[in-house]
This record gives sequence, C-alpha cells and structure tokens, in this order.
Amino acid sequence: MTALLERTGVSVCRYTDLQPERGVRALVGDVHVAVFRTHDGEVHAIDAVDPFSSASVLSRGVVGTAGDEPFVSSPMYKQRFGLRTGVCLDDPSVRVRVFSVDVVDGVVVIARPSW
Amino acid sequence: MRKPSRNLATALSGAMGEGATRRLVVIGQGMVGHRLVEALLERDAGAQWSIIALAEESRLAYDRVALSSLFAGTRADDLALRPFADPRVKVRLGDPAAHIDIAARHVVTASGRIERFDELVLATGSMPFVPPIPGAELGLVYRTVGDAVAITAAAAGATSGAVIGGGLLGLEAADALRRLGLRTHVVESASRLMPAQVDEGGGEALRLQVERLGLDLRLGTRTVAIEDADGRRRLRFDDGTELDVDLAVFAVGIRPRDELARECGLAIGPRGGVLVDAACRTAAPHVWAIGEVACVDGDVYGLVAPGYAMAEVVADRLVGGSATFADADTATKLKLMGVDVASFGDAFAAAPGSLALVYANPVAGVYKKLVVSDDARRLLGGILVGDATEYAMLRPMVGSDATMPPDPAGLLRLGDASAAGAGPAALPSSAIVCSCHGVTKGELCGAVSEGARELAELKSCTKAGTGCGSCVPLMKAVLADELGKAGIAMNKALCEHFEQSRAELFDIVRVAGVTTFSQLVQEYGRGRGCDICKPVVASILASLGAGRHILSGEQATLQDTNDHFLANIQKDGTYSVVPRIPGGEITPAKLAVIAEVAGDFGLYTKITGAQRIDMFGARVEQLPAIWRRLVDAGFESGHAYGKALRTVKSCVGSTWCRFGVQDSVQLAIDLELRYRGLRAPHKIKAAVSGCARECAEARGKDFGIIATEKGWNLYVGGNGGFSPRHAELFAQNLDTESLIRFIDRFLMFYVRTADRLQRTASWLESLDGGLDYVRAVIVDDSLGICSQLDAAMAAHVAGYCDEWRGALDDPDVLSRFVSFVNAPDAPDDSLSIRR
Repeated sequence: MTALLERTGVSVCRYTDLQPERGVRALVGDVHVAVFRTHDGEVHAIDAVDPFSSASVLSRGVVGTAGDEPFVSSPMYKQRFGLRTGVCLDDPSVRVRVFSVDVVDGVVVIARPSW
Repeated sequence: MRKPSRNLATALSGAMGEGATRRLVVIGQGMVGHRLVEALLERDAGAQWSIIALAEESRLAYDRVALSSLFAGTRADDLALRPFADPRVKVRLGDPAAHIDIAARHVVTASGRIERFDELVLATGSMPFVPPIPGAELGLVYRTVGDAVAITAAAAGATSGAVIGGGLLGLEAADALRRLGLRTHVVESASRLMPAQVDEGGGEALRLQVERLGLDLRLGTRTVAIEDADGRRRLRFDDGTELDVDLAVFAVGIRPRDELARECGLAIGPRGGVLVDAACRTAAPHVWAIGEVACVDGDVYGLVAPGYAMAEVVADRLVGGSATFADADTATKLKLMGVDVASFGDAFAAAPGSLALVYANPVAGVYKKLVVSDDARRLLGGILVGDATEYAMLRPMVGSDATMPPDPAGLLRLGDASAAGAGPAALPSSAIVCSCHGVTKGELCGAVSEGARELAELKSCTKAGTGCGSCVPLMKAVLADELGKAGIAMNKALCEHFEQSRAELFDIVRVAGVTTFSQLVQEYGRGRGCDICKPVVASILASLGAGRHILSGEQATLQDTNDHFLANIQKDGTYSVVPRIPGGEITPAKLAVIAEVAGDFGLYTKITGAQRIDMFGARVEQLPAIWRRLVDAGFESGHAYGKALRTVKSCVGSTWCRFGVQDSVQLAIDLELRYRGLRAPHKIKAAVSGCARECAEARGKDFGIIATEKGWNLYVGGNGGFSPRHAELFAQNLDTESLIRFIDRFLMFYVRTADRLQRTASWLESLDGGLDYVRAVIVDDSLGICSQLDAAMAAHVAGYCDEWRGALDDPDVLSRFVSFVNAPDAPDDSLSIRR
C-alpha cells in the first residue's frame, strides 16, 4: 500500500504541518481535498466540497467525535461528515468521497482519486 | 359614490373563501372574538366557513389584559394578537355593527355596509361603568388602548391622580398613573382592596404592600361628585371630605355591551348581558353570544378565561360538535405593581362545612388561605397575596380528584422551599393545567410520551402556556416529572460531550482555572468534543483569558471558521471584512483607506446596519494582506465574526443636532472601546441616543442608552432579528460613571450565566425574577459578586489587544491563511459568486 501510494499518490504536506483536530485543504490533481489529523494521530482525507452548499469549505470546519466516529462539521450549514466513511451523519443519503491517505517518512501522501 | 362601493365590497367578499358555503359574522374583535375566529379556522377542516369580523376599534385585536404594560414602555403594536393570515377571514376595522336584522339574517354596520350571515356571534364585550354622579363626565376610563392614550395625554404636566375603584381594574389603573409619575390615590367603597377576589385578610396584606409602594388609599369611601376646580378635579366623598387631583379615572366595574341585543329583542339577564344556554345560544336561532356580553346561568364573567372557553364551545358547535360551557374558571392571578395576588375556586369558603386554613405575615405583607372540604381531603379554593408561588400547583387541584396530603399546610411553602408541596405527580390527569387553552395534565403527558422533550415543544404542540403564562412553572414541573418517570433527564447538557450547561462550564473553568479544552473534556466531559461544545469552550476561555490570543495554541482548533479566519464566511466560501468604526465616527482619510483597499482587492462594499462598512469577496489567502493595509492605517478588528460586542451605534448627538441633550457619539465611542473584544454567549449590540427621539434605536439593542436632561437612561435586553424585542428600562438619569459600572456588571453577569446562543432578552426572561432580579444583583449586590464582576471587566479592558494585529505578528497563525496547503498561492477556481 505504502509503495503504491508513493508511486501514484500526491505528497501534500508534512505530518507536523497538520494541527490536531483541524483541517487543511490540498490540491490533488484538480480535486480539492480536505485533510485532517485527529486527536488519536490518524490522518483522514475527504472531498473538500460541501455537497450542501457546493462551496469548497469542509477543511475549515470544526472537528469532533460522535460516539467513536470522528467527524467534521461543515462551516456553512453545520452538517457533519464522518471522516472514515464520508457519510453525512445528519443525512445518511448524502456522502462525500474518502481518499486513501498515508504518512511516509513524515510526509502526508494522498492517493490520486481513480475516478 | 356610496352605492357602487358597497356593491364592490359585496362582490369582493363573495369571492373570498372560495368554496365556502356558510357565512359567519362575528360582532366584536376583542380577545374573545379573536379567539372564536382562531378556533373556528382550526376546526373548519373542510373550509366551509367564510368569516366577517366587525371591529369597533381601528386596531387589530390586542391583549387587553396586558394594557397596563403600555405604561411600562411596551408599544401598543406589541400587544397585538396574531393576525389572521387566512383568506377565509375578513376583519373590518373601525366599522362596528349598528343594527341586527335577525329575520333577514343580516347586520348593518356603522358605515352602512350590509353583512349577510348564516350564523351570528355577539362578542361585543363590556364598557366601563361610570356611576351616575354629578360631574361623572369629568372622569376618564380605563379599558382600551385609546383610553390609555387619553390618560397619558391628561397626565402631561399633571402631578397627581385618583382612581375611583380599588378592584382589579382599579389597581391596574393606579399602577398606570404611578408609572406616569403621578402621586396616586385609590378610592374604594368597600372596606378592602379587590373585594371580589380576596377576603379581609388578603385585602389587609394587599393594603400593606401597595401603601409601601406609595399609593394613598381611601377605603370604605364612596365618591359622590366630581367638580371642576380651575382645571383640576375635586372629588367629593360621602364622609364630607374632598380631594383635589389633576385627573380622575373611573374603574368601578364593567357593563355588558348588550345594546344591539336589546334592540333586536333578545332576552337580557337580570344585571345585563344576553341570556344564553350552555351552548352559548341566544333565544334567537342562529345567534350566539360569548364573552363578557353573554349571561350564562344568570352569571356574566368579566375575565378572559371563561370568554375563551365560550369561544371554543361555539367554534365546536359551528362545525357540528356538541361542546357545552361548564363551570367557569374564575381563577385570577396577577402581579400588580410587583405584588402577587391570586384567587381561585371557592376563595370565600362558601361551600357548606368547608374549612379554611390561613397563614398571615402582616410584616411581610403575605397572606395565604386554603379552603378545603369538610373532610380536609379536597382543595376547594384559596387566596394568595404577597407570594403566589404555589398558585400554579394549587389551582389545578381544585375540582380535580387530587387528594390532599394529610397536612394541607404542607402545600404552602411559607417561604421555605424545602417544605415542598405535593408536586405535579399528585395531580390527576384530568386536572386543567392551562386554563387559557383548557389543556389538562393528561394532554401534556401525552405530548411528552409522543416525544416532546422541551418546554418550547410542549407549548407549540399543546398551546398550553401560550396565554397568560401563569401555568408555565407547573408545565415545567409536569415535564420534569414525566421525563423523570420515563428515565429521561431534563436535558441541560450542552451536547453529548458535556453533561453541564454553559453556565456550569463557565464556573468550572473560572474556579478550577482550566486553560485548555483538552483538560476540560478529559476531566469533566467525554469524547473529543464537537461543533457545539468547542466554540462554547473557546468563548469561555476567551472571556476569562484576557490578553491571550484566541488563535494561540489549541484554542485555534476550537473556533468556528469565522473566528478561525477572523472574518465572516459567505455562501461561496469567501469571507467579508469589517474594520471597527467606533460609534460610527470616521475621518475622510480613513474612508479613503477603505476605498483603496476595497478597490485594490476587488471587494464589494456595503454599509451595514451597525454604522460600518463591510467588504465582501475576500479569499482566505488575501485576508492577511488586506488587514496589513488596514492595521497600518490604524484600523482594528470589528469582531463582526465573533460572538462578542459588535458595535455601539450612535446618533450625531448634541455636537451637531439641535435636539441633542448629551454627546451620544463620544459615549458610544467610549463604550465601544471599553467592551471591544468581549466574548459572550451571543453577539452583543448596543446604541446611544442623544435625546428621547431615539434616532440610534437604542431600545432595539442588548444595551441601549438614551440621553436625558439629567443624565442617561439605561435599557437592557433588546434585539432585532427574527424575534425583535424592545429593551426594558433598567435605571434612569444615571451619571456616566454609574452607567458604565452597571453596564460592566450587566455584561459580565450575562457572560457568566447565559446559555449558549442566548441573547440578553431570552436570558433575562429565563431568570427567575427577570429584570428585577438582575437589578438586585447589579445595583444592590444581592449575590455579593459585584466586586468579582467589576474585577473581571477591569481585566478585560486592561488585557484587550487587537486580534488582527496579533495574528499578523504571529507567523504560526499566518501560515494557516493559505488556499491550498500544497499550493499556497494557487487561486481558488471554485468560487462561484460572480459580481
């Protein structure tokens, strides 16, 4: 997996650039990706475009947990998206893409979306 | 000219309520007439009715019970009942009925309009009774908004007034005169005040209380004549004495407005009022009467609750129901001049064998009486004066199957909260909790079992508590009891991560000296927080952490996007920028800077309602460059993005305005600079007006100041927005030092104790005792916390730093203002708003 990502992925920043429980936005090809580091040290990447407002803002939401599920809340109309699944917790019929992400030698690498 | 217009009106009214097959005419749009229309609209599912409502007054139906609030600053329009937004109803203002033709089934109005009806309801109410004494025409009356206006006009330049009548209405009128600043006399022919509601003991307690408020009472005294004495009023009494005052108001009782009914031959009760049966039908077919004009079983009721009950009965009958008017609820509870008075059920122990249990504290002016059945097992009625806390609990027990506890005295708290009464669990489900809307405890419990969890939900699905509001404490108790039984705690928890309310978290952070969210959630909560608790904790840390930047360390991660980028997000993900312009005062040079910055960055500019300039369309990565220019020119953050003090708006004041009596601009600037950056549960807006013309709209603000010749009047608890509120008068004619001290404490007390996203208006409403309580805390230091509040504000003022200057000086913070972490300068092609 790591080897594969090194070849096909995009390095976006250093792991230490990520502030715990806050997002950054990255450009992967022409796709806007929101990247988060949660409190447990995990890194997650989802679409940055909020499907409810069509604005590229999900990286700027507040990060939290619902039970054990880490989520980001859209800064626009406050819908929450699970960081592991991309599913909207407030309307499960809506979801955003989730991207494979890994930390290689302290660098955050995101897989290019295959679609 | 007249005939065509009538034809036009007929044609128009024929078109309304399409599909309607039956036509109702309601004569009278007081509270009861209004309720009838409301109740019929609700029940008329098939839309078979079209309704014509004839109103004598030229204003829509209003809350007459609250008339006295006009003298406490409420505007007449605020008393309006909900208007009908329904094509089935047409309200004709200022065009009362002049004649009824029962045989032809039509009503002729004062303007000559003819309204045909299938059914007719008389809801003409009452008129004030003016006793036939010489000079009666020199007295005013107290019933309508028009009367209130006339009293206010007569009070201009007056120093004293007398109210003839010491009943419920008389004391309300007396309160009105008192609020108009008049030395007020009350003349009552009975030996006590409110003789219809309270007994001698209750009357005595009431006398003590109102005399303490400065009213001059003449009990057992009949007014026999009024004379004009050089423009003043001379009242002559039956004991030969006299009294000179500037104005006199009659409030000795009311008489049913039954003249239309008399004219068309309807049977009239012994003391007036149209005779009706238990269905509120008059002797004539298709004609009904409700409210104060109706005489049911020989009784005419001068209270709104029985009138509402009659309106519901007729509405039910009109859609084929069979409701009847049963025992009228004549329970009364009111607060007169801050004195609680309640009377309910068999208050005078008229039932054979009934027993009375009395507690009286003449020093405190408290009197409580319970009337119980001969076996002491049933509560029959009671009187409470001076403290009516138990009323909400006791009244529903009357006429229900509730059994009294072995010692009924336990039902009275007697000033000791621990000696609690029987509690809502003792009430049977048939007990009526809300008498305005006839809602039983059983119906409330049903709503809870169907999912209502909060008072607001319970109100909206049952309507209980939306009338006079006196049952709200009992509703709360029933709700808590039901939720408790179902194992659901009354939810004051902030969110799933904290059991505590915002106010409790504030105290924990303050007392335990917690400085980070992680510490707080680990020691006092669970999980890792969410979009609800994180901004709340961020706000608390900011309120308490004067001098520390809101984006330093972990605190940055707690902030909503607006606080995180110190700007306001717009629908396309760009931000708007608002520099502070204290008091709305700005130099031409600074205006030019804003113009240049907006031009250079291609920003759309708009003057805001808060007297400053908003620049829209800034991208995240542009914000530091924009602010570098603004800060260099002497601007600082306007906190438009924060739950914080926004602005202190001002009129131009005495410097320029020919009416201004004080320098409102300078005070606004001083206040805005004092409170800038203060984080709060919600945004805070303020204003200063330089004279009573109130051009700064200060009464629409969380705190507003209006200049007087002698100083400043302070108002608190106003807001605009979705539910506009007028601020209430907190203190008058303050010097600047006292004004600032009171605002300091008001704000800090609000910051400490309000709920998340609770503006000052609903905060004041939620506090037991409301504004009076806050006044006690702030002015009289009743909680002994004023020195703490003062110290907290002093720390805030001393620790203030401009947030944008701080951000520009911190490379760590600046590094977050990029479009993409891996392409910091790449333009964002997703922005969709194009100008």
